[in-house]
Amino acid sequence: MEKTAKVLKSSIIRFAGDSGDGMQLTGTQFTQTTAELGNDLSTLPDYPAEIRAPAGTLFGVSGFQIQFSSDDIHSPGDEPDILVAMNPAALKVNLKDLKKGGMIIANVDAFNKKNLELAKYDTNPLEDGSLDRYQLFVIPITKTTTTALQTSGLNMKEITRCKNFFALGIMYWMFNRSMDTTIDWIRGKFKKLPKIMEANITALKAGYNFGDTTEIFTTRYEVAPAKLEKGTYRNISGNEATALGMIAASQKSGLPLFLGSYPITPASEILHELSRHKNFGVKTFQAEDEIAGICSAIGASFGGALGLTTTSGPGLALKTEAIGLAVMVELPLVIINVQRGGPSTGLPTKTEQADLLQAMYARNGESPVPVVAASTPADCFTMAYEAARLALKFMTPVICLTDGYLANGSEPWKIPESKGLPEIKVNFVTNPEGFQPYQRDENLSRPWAIPGTPGLEHRIGGLEKENVTGNVCYIPENHQLMVNLRAQKVKNIENDIPLLEVEGPEEGELLVVGWGSTYGAIQAAYENMMTKGYKFSKVHLKYLNPFQKNLGEILKRFKNVLVCEMNLGQLAKLLRMEYLVDVKTLNKVQGLPFKAIEIENKIIEILNTK
Amino acid sequence: MAEEIVQKQNEASPVLTAKDFASDQDVRWCPGCGDYSILAQVQRVMPSLGVPREKVVFVAGIGCSSRFPYYMDTYGFHGIHGRAPIIAAGLKMARPDLSVWVATGDGDLLSIGGNHFIHVTRRNIDLNILLFNNRIYGLTKGQYSPTSEYGKITKSTPMGVIDHPFNPVSLALGSNGTFVARTLDRDAKHMQEMIQRQASHKGTSFLEIYQNCNIFNDGAFDLLTDKETKADNVLVLQQGKPMVFGKENDKGIKLDGFKPVVVSLKDGRYSINDLVVHNDKSRELAFILSELTEYPGYPTPIGVFLDIDRKTYDSEMVNQIDKAKNTMDEGDLDKLLNSGNTWKIN
Repeated sequence: MEKTAKVLKSSIIRFAGDSGDGMQLTGTQFTQTTAELGNDLSTLPDYPAEIRAPAGTLFGVSGFQIQFSSDDIHSPGDEPDILVAMNPAALKVNLKDLKKGGMIIANVDAFNKKNLELAKYDTNPLEDGSLDRYQLFVIPITKTTTTALQTSGLNMKEITRCKNFFALGIMYWMFNRSMDTTIDWIRGKFKKLPKIMEANITALKAGYNFGDTTEIFTTRYEVAPAKLEKGTYRNISGNEATALGMIAASQKSGLPLFLGSYPITPASEILHELSRHKNFGVKTFQAEDEIAGICSAIGASFGGALGLTTTSGPGLALKTEAIGLAVMVELPLVIINVQRGGPSTGLPTKTEQADLLQAMYARNGESPVPVVAASTPADCFTMAYEAARLALKFMTPVICLTDGYLANGSEPWKIPESKGLPEIKVNFVTNPEGFQPYQRDENLSRPWAIPGTPGLEHRIGGLEKENVTGNVCYIPENHQLMVNLRAQKVKNIENDIPLLEVEGPEEGELLVVGWGSTYGAIQAAYENMMTKGYKFSKVHLKYLNPFQKNLGEILKRFKNVLVCEMNLGQLAKLLRMEYLVDVKTLNKVQGLPFKAIEIENKIIEILNTK
Repeated sequence: MAEEIVQKQNEASPVLTAKDFASDQDVRWCPGCGDYSILAQVQRVMPSLGVPREKVVFVAGIGCSSRFPYYMDTYGFHGIHGRAPIIAAGLKMARPDLSVWVATGDGDLLSIGGNHFIHVTRRNIDLNILLFNNRIYGLTKGQYSPTSEYGKITKSTPMGVIDHPFNPVSLALGSNGTFVARTLDRDAKHMQEMIQRQASHKGTSFLEIYQNCNIFNDGAFDLLTDKETKADNVLVLQQGKPMVFGKENDKGIKLDGFKPVVVSLKDGRYSINDLVVHNDKSRELAFILSELTEYPGYPTPIGVFLDIDRKTYDSEMVNQIDKAKNTMDEGDLDKLLNSGNTWKIN
């Protein structure tokens, strides 16, 4: 049968199944292949906190969404065009998001009585007409995989585990993508398990051929490569980018990187990634707890290393006292906080931006800490690097905020050349003449004298320091002076960072303000609305403490300011407090990033209110 | 980079004395405190260790003991409560060339810092830990500590402590420690010997020092330190020597299976040949001896319980890095950034 080809500008696919079905793997493979084809893309993995939740249950559903396009895109998209549902629970959980008239590819073999009951379906949705509004493709994925693998020598359990590759094969056929990247990956991954390797490749090809030969599908889709800037690209997740940013900072500063970290979702991959690069002299230490993670990094920093600790919200809470110590001893330290839903254990695998105020203020005493935030997965490289640069230049701990969405999401990254990265200069003091541990330079940074340097023996610690000498000092005026100096030092960073740029008119009716990972959704909303003729401007903050110097003045040029954030209004509070601007808010705390449409609706509401 | 600079700077150092290790800061412990003796012995031993002053770092937590770094003219870090061992561990991992010491107390190390103590010890990070054990919280003015005796009346336990104390030596052994020793603040010579021994040990070396707090827990160790009672209540462990004690060296320790028993050498039933010979390479013996601590009817051992060799965490870390550099590449940043599947857009 002749199949027609249809060219699409972009498409959104969501793979969904049991947490043991390998949906994250399927999504990642589709992403890698799509990236290499030259599409722009953005992904959103969404998985439960349980490693293997009971099969077939609604809470055990794991999903992976990817938007890919021949245009520049910024978010994983609002509504999937295609839903691959490996079982009834996956259909039930994800159907509400599917675009009207969208495509469902359902693994009919999983729609048995038991699974329907677990998903709380009274009748089989594949048969009862409830899906009539969608293009439904009912495919025996399990059975066909089993048939294809009859002679594989694997047992039934092993065979059914290959079904995700069958589904992936169908999608490769449908979007006319090569299977080579995935086949290479399978060969490498299962090198030591040749039967499993062959079976997965067979399942993948069987899926592809199924698409090609079956008469179910009549259309194939084409999404042409995007016209991205010239350069070499790779697909990168936020956590990988963070790790690479820190290695880059270590290389450029000439300081060995020391990571002290305790495993925590969703930050652990940074520890894993850095552990793989010992050839860069990177020392990674899996500590006994969060406090040990940061304290070991402070010790390393005292010794002249680039100290780093990585964590998520609950871990940041535990590190609080030690961050205060780093503020007092004025040693460089980078603290990466991959935010997740809170409070307490909260939603470990879901995303949120509700640690902003914790990063800003959660310490005893007047304890100013610079805070920066990454805006996209690839931007994690830039901001981790920037955090290190600031920490070293200003002799201070710096908190870099990312979140679960950035950490696990991925996008194509134009690989920078190392020689183009900003300079990071470090000068250890070596001359004993006139040395004073708290003698500040023009930035108010104190000198870094590391153990092993003769004649510079000195003591530092958490007790208040006498100005200049660094000796323990309880004199009232000295304390006031030191508190002011530490605050001013952090404030001085505003002179070292770029000015904030406004996208759109420099003044007007509405300014939309975002920070961190809301960039993608806000940018998508902005671009959608510009094509529809709406008029407003936007800024995106990556520096939260101190703010960029021109922020206050920009805010005052707009009649309305709307802050969109995944918390109950934490940046909004800071802006009101700092600039006395009556900002409006759009808040979402569902463990999921904004959809562009949610932002668009709020903007329309404000623009329509006269 | 750090190590290069340091190497450049390290020229032949002159012969140092105890005074060279004293800083210009006034010592602020209460007059009569056992801490003075510890400071004096450490300063006395330091010059003999052959480590240049600039290579020595003292790290402390919070408490009376933890003011120690301020009084040493070496590098020093006064950290936060309980965290000294792990700050020191981070420093040692980053800078294996340094001689890193931890000055800590029973509250600091065993209560709030207990987790770091056991984990640093099992990893065998090359640190020297000095535990000032006075069995009381001094700096916060007299609450009971994790080494205070059951039933002790303190400010926070007017009806008596109902916790059971840690035996720090047993805890260090149980944490898979490789060097575990004990000494007394009033036995200057013995303490110096112990500090020397721990300094020469590669790995975590743990020295418990019974230290008198003359303000909040005066006389806690009198039985072990008073001239009159010391000999009958203290067993001085000496490598390769039979375990003899008593004013007239008339008592000894014999092993009855796994059970140590005190025997008299006077009545002719037992001779010195029947006694246990100390062997600080034996973990089993160390465990047995640690149980004798203030055990009714037995002397309390001081000296080195255990001194065994095991790879240190910090050296293994360096080995792995060297191995990675040899088997991978020297670390080319551009190559790293361009690794994985890449594609070009022209």
